[in-house]
Amino acid sequence: MNWPILSVVTFLPLLGALFICLVRGNDGLAKGTARWVAMWTTLVTFAISLVMVMRFDPTSADFQFSENHPWLGVANYHMGVDGISLPFVILTTALMPICILASWTSVQKRVKEYMIAFLVLETLMIGTFSALDLVLFYLFFEGGLIPMFLIIGVWGGQRRVYASFKFFLYTLLGSVLMLLAIMAMYWEAGTTDIPTLMKHGFPLGMQKWAWLAFFASFAVKMPMWPVHTWLPDAHVEAPTAGSVILAAILLKMGGYGFLRFSIPMFPAASHDFAPLIFTLSVVAIIYTSLVALMQEDVKKLIAYSSVAHMGFVTMGIFAGTTQGIAGGIFQMISHGIVSGALFLCVGVVYDRMHTREIAFYGGLVNRMPVYAAIFMVFTLANVGLPGTSGFVGEFLALIGTFKNNIAVATFATLGVILSAAYALWLYRKMVFGTLKPALAGISDIGFREAVIFAPLVILTILFGVAPKPVLDMSAASVAQLLDGYNKAIKTAEQPPLPAPRADVAPLVIPVSAVR
Amino acid sequence: MNAMTQVQWLWPVLPELVLGVGAMVMLMVGVGIHQSERSASIVNAWCIALLVLVAATLVYVPAGRTELFGGSFVIDDYARFLKLLAITGSAGALLLSLDYLSMDKQQRFEYGVLFLLSTLGMMVLISANDLIALYLGLELMSLPLYVVAASNRDSIRSTEAGLKYFVLGALSSGMLLYGASLIYGFTGTVNFAGIAKATGQGANLGLIFGLVFLFVGFCFKISAVPFHMWTPDVYEGAPTPVTAFFAAAPKVAGIAIFVRATVVAFPGITHEWQQIVVFVSIASMVLGAFAAIGQKNIKRLMAYSSIGHMGFALVGLAAGTQEGVQGVLVYMSIYVVMTLGTFACILSMRRDGMLVENISDLAGLARTKPAMAFFLAMLLFSLAGIPPLAGFFAKFYVFLAAIKAGLYVLAVIGVLASVVGAYYYLTIVKIMYFDEPAKSFQPMPGLLTLVLAVAGLINILFFAYPGPLLGAATAAAKSLF
Repeated sequence: MNWPILSVVTFLPLLGALFICLVRGNDGLAKGTARWVAMWTTLVTFAISLVMVMRFDPTSADFQFSENHPWLGVANYHMGVDGISLPFVILTTALMPICILASWTSVQKRVKEYMIAFLVLETLMIGTFSALDLVLFYLFFEGGLIPMFLIIGVWGGQRRVYASFKFFLYTLLGSVLMLLAIMAMYWEAGTTDIPTLMKHGFPLGMQKWAWLAFFASFAVKMPMWPVHTWLPDAHVEAPTAGSVILAAILLKMGGYGFLRFSIPMFPAASHDFAPLIFTLSVVAIIYTSLVALMQEDVKKLIAYSSVAHMGFVTMGIFAGTTQGIAGGIFQMISHGIVSGALFLCVGVVYDRMHTREIAFYGGLVNRMPVYAAIFMVFTLANVGLPGTSGFVGEFLALIGTFKNNIAVATFATLGVILSAAYALWLYRKMVFGTLKPALAGISDIGFREAVIFAPLVILTILFGVAPKPVLDMSAASVAQLLDGYNKAIKTAEQPPLPAPRADVAPLVIPVSAVR
Repeated sequence: MNAMTQVQWLWPVLPELVLGVGAMVMLMVGVGIHQSERSASIVNAWCIALLVLVAATLVYVPAGRTELFGGSFVIDDYARFLKLLAITGSAGALLLSLDYLSMDKQQRFEYGVLFLLSTLGMMVLISANDLIALYLGLELMSLPLYVVAASNRDSIRSTEAGLKYFVLGALSSGMLLYGASLIYGFTGTVNFAGIAKATGQGANLGLIFGLVFLFVGFCFKISAVPFHMWTPDVYEGAPTPVTAFFAAAPKVAGIAIFVRATVVAFPGITHEWQQIVVFVSIASMVLGAFAAIGQKNIKRLMAYSSIGHMGFALVGLAAGTQEGVQGVLVYMSIYVVMTLGTFACILSMRRDGMLVENISDLAGLARTKPAMAFFLAMLLFSLAGIPPLAGFFAKFYVFLAAIKAGLYVLAVIGVLASVVGAYYYLTIVKIMYFDEPAKSFQPMPGLLTLVLAVAGLINILFFAYPGPLLGAATAAAKSLF
């Protein structure tokens, strides 16, 4: 069979969105149709992406399921996945049906448009992870702003306008600089093809500028301290499913970008700037954890904890060790599941009580025992308790960093303690204690919500005790990435030899001068 | 020379001849037939048909490069590309006018005829290969514009717009003419190729003075900063379809001659004119972005938006390379499409028979008219340059050229200005999508729906099939070098 499976996975959600466009009317029937179409589209997409996993060869570091067609002249339509991008594609396709299901009853306003926005967003997210051309990547990467802007702005909370503008403009500001770097890379290397550029070897001076430009984009997206301030606003105002997508997938684009572009294409600059990343990561881990301790809004607390956890990711990625990078990838996947699930947990009580104030809740365990148990699993995973997926990623990232820089790793470990502090504090305040009178009528989770949480609980614990499937999937690609990185750094650290350049004519001394 | 060779000799200017003769015929028909709203509307509709015919005759113009009338008139791929674009802009604006004119009881046959004559001026301007043809084309293009700006003669705003435009336009024409005479004085020729030869050794001060005055004229026509002051007032005052026309077609012709004159006539002093273009480009992008933020009237907002867009188009010219010119051509093509689509929406903002022009009138459009809101939102995102919409590719190609030419500061300021610009486009999207609905607009007239649908679909689907436009733009840019 030789059908373009990757393009199908990418554009199937778009097809579903077009189908919903055709649905007329705005009554209950149209709403139901939109929901079911979105559900089935995302489920089928997920199923096809699983076929991709089965056909994926984890022993190879090459890009697989490649498709390459001429497109812009400058850029080609080049798609493909390797061990680094495939986990993110699967994470996206897996979380989408859950998001649709989570919005089943909580979204009643403009359901059609909501589902269309989510499906378009899915296409753009999958495309971001599987594009193998810089311009194509940028197209998907930036295109995602439009649906997310609308999701936050139309279906968001009180300060949705402020949050959506901040989200959009912050991200755009970071990305346009990356676009200029992409153009400079095109004129330097003559192509925007990612696999070719990875082998290109950019001159050192250019690496620095290009690295900084890419950093501007990915640091905002990640988000790293101090450009993280859009995230708490966006998270708090977005509807539950929007928060889930934001935390679980959109943030991962930053980390993915570092892995796909910054490290392989600008290895020397990555090495030189690693101290900067370490500093920002440690500040993010400690500072945002402390900020999280002070929050009164559940979603804001989780948002700040996301920033802290992303600090582990950037630290691991730039540690320049196998464990560090593998840990970074694993942490991103794990955080995708856990933080997504935490936002869903918040969504459950928000749907019932319509407030996210921590002080409003208390003693939920008395009325919602099942919910309390589920919430506990994810809280502990967020803390990084051994046996949950959160532990594996953080542990690997820390080990990887220890090999490189003990001081950074030590400070980062302090962050783990702080994360335990705010997560457990949140859990105690909300779930334990005496039941607040206002909560007397709250009901435990229903069947639909149980269906949402079941796969997430299973995955959190499964990846906690058996992380091998994810680590194996990316092992070959990580090894190749690191191999190229180390080689490039060795070359860069050698005393500068007069490197032979193809475009300079060999020096020939004229015969007359010798005489 | 017998009659047959005469005709063959004129073959390359067939589109201009058809348009010129056609405009005269329309004028006579308009004068001759019974004066009524209905007959005037028929004449205006025929004017559109004539423009389509002219576009079709462009195909019959011999391929390759031809010079006529002693080298003052040149037909090449560049001219063909831009003529087609200018005609598209004119025909589109005229299509947008028909319903407006009938609804506002302003059907006059002169309206269409003036559009035709102005378009003829644009075509002469696009093909101009010396300073005389340049001036002739520019004036033929501008004079009808002054009249149509004031075509709503009972409205104070419209007549004021026309007068303002005329006075400032005359001033800029004078400056341009002064510059042209200086250039002639210092080079001894009006022909672009001749000027290029004379400036091959380098610049002298007199010539640079001439160049600066010439640029003043160009900048006025394309409303680039610092010669943009007329734009917001004229855009606001003129009848809305006329504003659409101003925003689309004359800009194309203005940019066309700006690029041709600088690239063909002054390659020897690139360094000198590059500084001016870089400054004008930066100033336009930045002013366009910041000044638009505070606007309440959507036509004024579009005026500042067009100032900004001209700045972006000039980024390509600043590069001064073939890639740069290609970027400009792609930019202008996409700009025309986006502008026509946006104005189709602005013209459908009609309540109780009256056009409304405030941005706040769009409130909640996503619920009262979801399709129109969707297309308008996509056009606005596209104007902001967000991928995967067409406007992104427009910006992509001009900045690509600027980076190659090493104009990093220009490129960085440009993209930052585009982020600021995104803010005010987002504000409109916010009003349409996030705010509570205001009273619904009247149903959209058929022609406006058609223009919006075509422009909107091109805008959204451009990324899927960009080949034809890019190929044509490459060929057109090549013919200048």
